[in-house]
Amino acid sequence: MSSNAITIPGVQIDEKPWVDTLHEWVTTVDHKRLGVLYILYALLFLVVAGVEALIIRIQLMFPHNHFVSPQVFNRLFTMHGTTMVFFMGMPILFGFANYLVPLMIGARDMAFPRLNAFSFWLSAMGGFLLYFSLVGANGLYGAGNAPDAGWWAYAPLTARAFSPGHSTDYWTLALLVSGFGSIGTAINIIATILCMRCPGMKLNRMPLLAWLNLVMAGMVLLAVSPLTAAQFMLLIDRYLGGHFFDTQAGGSAMLWMHFFWIFGHPEVYVLIIPCFAFMSEIIPVFSRKPIFGYPVMVAATVCIGFVSMSVWAHHMFSVGMNSYANSFFTITTMAVGVPTGIKIFNWLGTMWGGKIQFKVPMLFCIAFLFQFLTAGLTGIMLGSAAFDSQLTLSYFVVAHFHYTLVGGVVFGVFAALYYWYPKITGRILNETLGKLHFWLFLIGFHLTFDLMHIPGLLGMPRRIYTYEPGRGWDTVNLLISVGGFIQAIAVVIFAANLVVSYFKGKKAGNDPWDAWTLEWATSSPPPAYNFASIPLVASRRPLWDLKHPEDPDSRYE
Amino acid sequence: MLKMKSWTLRFVAQTMLLLFWSAMAVWAIGPKDSSPHGTNIFAPASTPAKAISDLSVFVLVITGIIFVVVFALLAYSVIKFRGRAVDAGREPAQVYGSTQIELAWTIIPILIVIVLFLATARVLHAVQDAPQPPGAIEVTAIGHQYWWEFRYPKLGVVTANELHIPVSNPANPTPTFLTLLSADTDHSFWIPELAGKTDLIPNHPNRMWMDPLRTGIFLGQCAQYCGVQHAKMLLRVSVDSPADFAAWVRGQQQPAVQDASVATGRRVFESNACMNCHAVAGTNANGRFGPDLTHLMIRATIASGAASNTPENLRLWIQDPNAIKPGSLMPAMKLNDSDLDAVVSYMETLR
Repeated sequence: MSSNAITIPGVQIDEKPWVDTLHEWVTTVDHKRLGVLYILYALLFLVVAGVEALIIRIQLMFPHNHFVSPQVFNRLFTMHGTTMVFFMGMPILFGFANYLVPLMIGARDMAFPRLNAFSFWLSAMGGFLLYFSLVGANGLYGAGNAPDAGWWAYAPLTARAFSPGHSTDYWTLALLVSGFGSIGTAINIIATILCMRCPGMKLNRMPLLAWLNLVMAGMVLLAVSPLTAAQFMLLIDRYLGGHFFDTQAGGSAMLWMHFFWIFGHPEVYVLIIPCFAFMSEIIPVFSRKPIFGYPVMVAATVCIGFVSMSVWAHHMFSVGMNSYANSFFTITTMAVGVPTGIKIFNWLGTMWGGKIQFKVPMLFCIAFLFQFLTAGLTGIMLGSAAFDSQLTLSYFVVAHFHYTLVGGVVFGVFAALYYWYPKITGRILNETLGKLHFWLFLIGFHLTFDLMHIPGLLGMPRRIYTYEPGRGWDTVNLLISVGGFIQAIAVVIFAANLVVSYFKGKKAGNDPWDAWTLEWATSSPPPAYNFASIPLVASRRPLWDLKHPEDPDSRYE
Repeated sequence: MLKMKSWTLRFVAQTMLLLFWSAMAVWAIGPKDSSPHGTNIFAPASTPAKAISDLSVFVLVITGIIFVVVFALLAYSVIKFRGRAVDAGREPAQVYGSTQIELAWTIIPILIVIVLFLATARVLHAVQDAPQPPGAIEVTAIGHQYWWEFRYPKLGVVTANELHIPVSNPANPTPTFLTLLSADTDHSFWIPELAGKTDLIPNHPNRMWMDPLRTGIFLGQCAQYCGVQHAKMLLRVSVDSPADFAAWVRGQQQPAVQDASVATGRRVFESNACMNCHAVAGTNANGRFGPDLTHLMIRATIASGAASNTPENLRLWIQDPNAIKPGSLMPAMKLNDSDLDAVVSYMETLR
């Protein structure tokens, strides 16, 4: 397509050839554009991995079903897990961090814009590399065309004896590459928050979103590094004759488990802490009150950051650690519940005495609170090592972590999308479609994941492509699958809303929610430079001070 | 409009509560209707499973109380503090926090955590550090892709997929202590009604024990993803009375039945690749890659529980294992019909 636009000297026109627009987006170093790219790329993978989940659910609708073969099923759950964690969860949260952190701390960009672009493209290439395995991993007799060792890729399943061909290599390389991207972004977020705050924004005046992303970025540095190292070791095993994890040559399967989970457990907090950040920004605005116990919220987050580094082996209660090790990881795991509980109570304290407005972002936040409460309590059950020896590796675990990752992270992300979409696009998402999306997704979610606890308690292990009839698992599995499809319909409505509202949505103006943080002080969408003049803040809610000069926050802090 | 909003919120609250309690009801009802074939973790039939189940109920009660209290507080504040049309435009009182309240909701959870931890540590010690009594049966369980090998070193018995153990009388306990090994990838031994699961990891021998308190068949399956046919790596544990167990052991200690009428089938078995992987005691066949077939006909199932042990299934299995268990490591033997019939007849004599 070529452009026929006539250029009149001295008159600026908005229409540009699409190639130019594409070029601008691909070469951009603007934190807002990179944020949007992260979010779009993550939404793409949300759809891909969601379709994988639906195929898994069709296969499990009935006992002895033959919708897909065991080989395909194993690839599906491996790809679903890997994609959702590394190419949906992390990128979408990095996207919001990228977009919001500089705006909320009154900066013009991230500390290292080029590193930012580099990190995004590394992460993106990681995702495409993973899916390129569908094309590139074929070739050897008996070799599958997509990774099928599960998203933890336990040794020795990844050894060449058990994973011939290149599917495991694509998995390893995809995670290695995106791991570097994540580390780059983490460094960038930390540097931005520590060095780029606007005048007056002391650390104790920073919006909680910035604080929580600071903790998240620190955890990414500590957690992703061992995983990246382990990927190198796995490659050395597979191609240079190393024996780190090669049990047939005296290597240790346990070593991989420790490497993986010292990444894997902090990782779930890397995913949930930014969602805590969304809650801490959205709930106050729609309750019309400041966050309850700001210093305690910061302390609790930092506490979660530290304690969650010492809980990883609770994923390994069945591997034969002695009773003392199991006891240690029981107490550390349960201890994380304390600061997490404090957070839930503080959000409750924020709503208490407020005037709650049930806009769509707030609906998702309220559902988040109830669901995260439940997920936390099933987490306590799993944290009890003795109880866990029955629950681990069963569908109860699958239900638990989907309760945190869907009921927590996905609901949090939806809340954030409804809340900040007006800032990003200048238009408000349609409220009616939003409510329809919310209620359908809520019903589907509970149908699927509430019921999913039951087959676990009745002895159904995870990662099985089919199951025996007559064990009490049949009806429940059918209903779980039905819930999955209801969620899928809700997501389709959401996608339609994103598109329709982009063109036809109500104009947002600078500050549609009557909010208090700096991103609402600039236009929607913000200009490339964010703020015409760098703001000066005197409290945690600079826009409150502006709107209520008679009773500013700065008087109380 | 506002009335409807509060109704919808109440609806959320009630739906969630209903779902939670119906889930709880299923857990509570579960144990009653469990047949001997159940895999319900709340229907324990041995000391370790009972200790875990009792702890589980305790943890469920404590977390259930927390759930009800916090849920009620959340639901109350959402309904009570909803924005109303009358006070539109006015902001509520701006409250920034309260040290006393923060301290209360820090200290109470810490106390709850300590209680739950102590209860857990007690059960962990009781289950994991139990000494092995002199009357214990020793079994070595070896996980293979995708079947179970069971060896009784003191009794000289080797079998596959179906574990036989004696019932244990609390006055004079005869628990079974298992040493767990793996020949290839990670597996996990899980009979929910007899014990929590323990993994079988190469180069990392594990131990577990169970002392079944009633006889019957107990089901379970591999719980750790081990490869293509992880799903059909099923487990059957037959808990026998002491007399039945002794009789079973005596039978297993005999070499294979030598039946001249199936000599053709035996010749086919021993002149094909069968004997490279399978053992039949008392013959030249001594492979260890696949299950020991010396007393195949005693077992109720084949292919690690994937099919019942009937002549038709056996024939299909030998002809095309993928028809029953796609991805199984047994190759299709491509025998002609007469050889196939002969081998199946031979198998049928192995009692």
